[in-house]
Amino acid sequence: MPKVKIPRKAISIDMTPMVDMAFLLVTFFMLTTKFAPDEPVKVENPKSTSQFKVPEKDKTTIIVANDGRVFFNFDGKYNRQTLIYQMGKKYDIDFSQDEINTFAVLGMMGVPMNEMRAYLDTDPEARKDFDQKGIPIDSINNELNYWIILSRAANPSSIIVIKADNMSQYGKVKRIIQILQDQNINRFSLITSEKSEPNAAPQP
Amino acid sequence: MAELDTSSEGHGKKKKGVRSKKVSTKIDMTPMVDLAFLLVTFFMLTTTFNKPNAMEVIMPEKPKPEDTASQTKVKASEAMTVIIAQRNRLFYYKGISESPVVEQTNYSANGLRKVLIDFDTETKAKQRAEGKKEVGPVILIKAIDDAQFGHVVDVLDEMKIAGIQRYAIVDITPEEKNMLPPVE
Repeated sequence: MPKVKIPRKAISIDMTPMVDMAFLLVTFFMLTTKFAPDEPVKVENPKSTSQFKVPEKDKTTIIVANDGRVFFNFDGKYNRQTLIYQMGKKYDIDFSQDEINTFAVLGMMGVPMNEMRAYLDTDPEARKDFDQKGIPIDSINNELNYWIILSRAANPSSIIVIKADNMSQYGKVKRIIQILQDQNINRFSLITSEKSEPNAAPQP
Repeated sequence: MAELDTSSEGHGKKKKGVRSKKVSTKIDMTPMVDLAFLLVTFFMLTTTFNKPNAMEVIMPEKPKPEDTASQTKVKASEAMTVIIAQRNRLFYYKGISESPVVEQTNYSANGLRKVLIDFDTETKAKQRAEGKKEVGPVILIKAIDDAQFGHVVDVLDEMKIAGIQRYAIVDITPEEKNMLPPVE
C-alpha cells in the first residue's frame, strides 16, 4: 500500500491586505474624529422627529443652560478673531494679540464682557473652573445683542441656532427670540436630538 | 591605484571574511497589526455619528406700525390656540372668542396629536365645502414663561407630525393666563 503523502503547507497567511485595511480604517477614523470640545455646561437637547442635520460649520450658536445662563458660540477661527476684536472695540477693551488668539480657538463661552479679559488670561487648565456667569441678555445690559450683530458682521453667511436645554424655562428662550427678532432675524433653528418613534397615527 | 578590486572575488583566493548571514526579510507584523486594530477600535468607539438635528423655526415678521390694517385676520373657526403651561400641563381652545372653553390635553399620541389631526380634517372639510383652498387651520402656540422649553419643541414637533401648515409662536396674553386652572 502506497502511503498518501499529505503535502505540508505553510500555515502562515499573507496578512498584508488585512493590515492595509486596518491602517486605512485607522487613518479614516483619525481624520474624521472630532473630539468634543470642553463645554462649560451640559445641555440635554429636547427630542424631535426633525431630520435636518445641523451644519458642520458657519453657525452662530446660542446656548441656554438648564439654570438659565446663556452661552454663545461662533464657528470659524478667523471669524472669531474679528468678532472678539470688534467686541473689544465696542466695550473699550483693547485685547492683546494673545488674547485674541486664545479666544479664536475656544469653544462656547458665557462670560460677561467685563470679565472677558480675566477669562482669556486664565491658565488653560484653570479655565475650565472659571465661574461663567452667562452672557447678560436683559434690556439694560444686552450683550448678547452685540455678540449677534457683530458675529453677523464677521460672517454674514452664518446661520443662527438655538441650543436650549430640555428643562430650561421657555421665558429665557422667548427673550432670545425677541432679541433675534429685534434684529429682524426671523429664521433660525432649534437644536434637537432624534426621537426614535414618531408613531404618527394616534390610536382611536 | 584607486581601483576597486572586483576581479579577485570569485577566484581561488579563499576568503575568510565575515559572511553576512542571510536574514529572512520577513518581519513579524503581529504587534503592529495589534496596535492598528486597537487604534481602529478606539477611533470607532469615540467617533460620534449621531449629529444633532435642527428644527427650523420661522417666526412671523414683526408687524410694522403702518401696516396693521393689512394684517391678515384669522378666521375664528379656523383658529386654535395651544397653551403650554408649567408642570407638563397642556391646554387648548378653539376659536378666538372672549371666553373660550379651555380644555386640557397631554403630550401623548392620543392627546394633542389627535386633537390636531381631528381639527385639521374638520377645518379642511369646511374649507372644501366653502369652495376655498384647503389650507387647514391656524394654530397659535403660546407658552407661559415658566413652561419647560422641551415642551415647546414637542408641540412644534406635533405640528409637523399632524401636517399642520400654518402655525405660529405667539406671546401669551394675561387674560389667557387667567383662564388656566390653577396648579394644584
